[in-house]
Amino acid sequence: MSMNDDVDAVTAAPQPGALPQFVTPIVPKGTIAGRALVAIVAIMTFLASLTTGAVVLVQSAASDWQSEVAREVTIQVRPVSNRDLDADVARAADIARRFPGVADVRVYSKEESSRLLEPWLGTGLVIDELPVPRLAVVRIATGATPDFGQLGRALAQQVPSAAVDDHRGFVEHMRSMGRAAFLGGLAVLALVLAATVLSVTFATRGAIATNQTVVEVLHLIGAKNTFIAHHFQRRFLGLGLQGGIIGGGCALALFALIELASRHFLGSAAGEQFAALFGSFSIGYLGYAAVVVMIAVIAGVTALASRRTVNRTLETFE
Amino acid sequence: MVRFENVGLRYGLGPEVLRDLSFRIEPHSFQFLTGPSGAGKTSLMRLLFLALRPTRGLITLFGHDIATLGKDALATLRRRIGVVFQDFRLIDHMTTYENVALPLRVVGQEEASFRDEVVELLQWVGLGERMWALPPVLSGGEKQRAAIARAVIARPQLLLADEPTGNVDPNLGQRLLRLFVELNKSGTSIVIATHDIALMDQYDARRLVLHEGRLHVYE
Repeated sequence: MSMNDDVDAVTAAPQPGALPQFVTPIVPKGTIAGRALVAIVAIMTFLASLTTGAVVLVQSAASDWQSEVAREVTIQVRPVSNRDLDADVARAADIARRFPGVADVRVYSKEESSRLLEPWLGTGLVIDELPVPRLAVVRIATGATPDFGQLGRALAQQVPSAAVDDHRGFVEHMRSMGRAAFLGGLAVLALVLAATVLSVTFATRGAIATNQTVVEVLHLIGAKNTFIAHHFQRRFLGLGLQGGIIGGGCALALFALIELASRHFLGSAAGEQFAALFGSFSIGYLGYAAVVVMIAVIAGVTALASRRTVNRTLETFE
Repeated sequence: MVRFENVGLRYGLGPEVLRDLSFRIEPHSFQFLTGPSGAGKTSLMRLLFLALRPTRGLITLFGHDIATLGKDALATLRRRIGVVFQDFRLIDHMTTYENVALPLRVVGQEEASFRDEVVELLQWVGLGERMWALPPVLSGGEKQRAAIARAVIARPQLLLADEPTGNVDPNLGQRLLRLFVELNKSGTSIVIATHDIALMDQYDARRLVLHEGRLHVYE
């Protein structure tokens, strides 16, 4: 029995001698919904990566500030009547220099002390006329943990007007501020991730809704649920990775660009201010690794959302 | 092959659309399922191709009580049933060849093992020149034949066709009926849901008539 005479005028492109092949993927490629999903995944990955980078940056800057401050202590020598302040400062600096674990001691000169007070007392200050204490900054050797209590006692014996300030209060304040900034960043990151998961999930559901016929036909011709879910999961993992690499890649490129720019402007005043705040403005290997993990996680979320949606769709058929 | 015993079906909390259906479909049999619009033909077809579960009664398919089967076992049973949908349900992004080969693909067969068979079937139904065409550019008749080819490619034991002549002219309708008769002669049980009396008059076969949710069988 033949029905060739029923073939309509509309014919396919002639394929002389060619054998047909099953090359089309079961889940269609390049659909509008698929492209929209890639765009959403890319945008959300970009935002999540920026937030991750910002959290890493804040954490690293706070840690730098803390270690910078913690590596120094200050010796304050008060002016006392009947004592030579300069001699006391020199003696205190000498004691500190000989103390184990001290790398360097820098005594602030009278002029430098005047400049420190300029913001409050104005220029042209004659420091000798005021009972202003003199400062010596003690820099601690890398890895050393000097006993500041012992240093304080040694100074008290030989220079009674000297006192050691190990910045403990300030460091504690910095630490809690840094912790608060880091936790705040983590909270924002969690919100961004939640928004990412939700938007990617809904976009995936939308994309699968356009493939409802494919799911239904596969189901009715006897495809097992795992077969259908596997095909959709694989396709959507691909879409998720595509979007994730675009979004995450843009974020990584942006971080790398800013890092390069900050190095370039390091000598300038603005660059110095920037460096003072953010250090080298590098998210480091940890930050870059976190962005790569973000790409993988978001692609995984896309794949899992597709599997779940397909399974739910299949449940409605039974 | 198929046994219904006191089967009832309702959607949600609505009234029963199918009531106390008891009948059998024997191997190598041919039957028309008919009745007025809204009588429940499509619902009964959906029960037959396991797209619905009954709200009461017993359905036995190929010796299995479907109520006791899991999802994978039901999928395996569906492979023994070919379905021709009224609206064809071809997958638009796949060529005619791929649509027809799909049931073999989902069971994991290698393309080399089924390519010749699919090509031969497509030529047999008159679509040899349309293997590379996508469904949106096929005519109604071509879609119908592609849907039939897809339904029979895996040599099902039971073929269910829902209004297979609803979208074609009477001449093509006759040809399709001849195709179903040929398939039946080769051992497939056929159920054709239709309200086309002219079609049923062309072939002397058992008639299952649905009326207000109840089934009357005319041997």
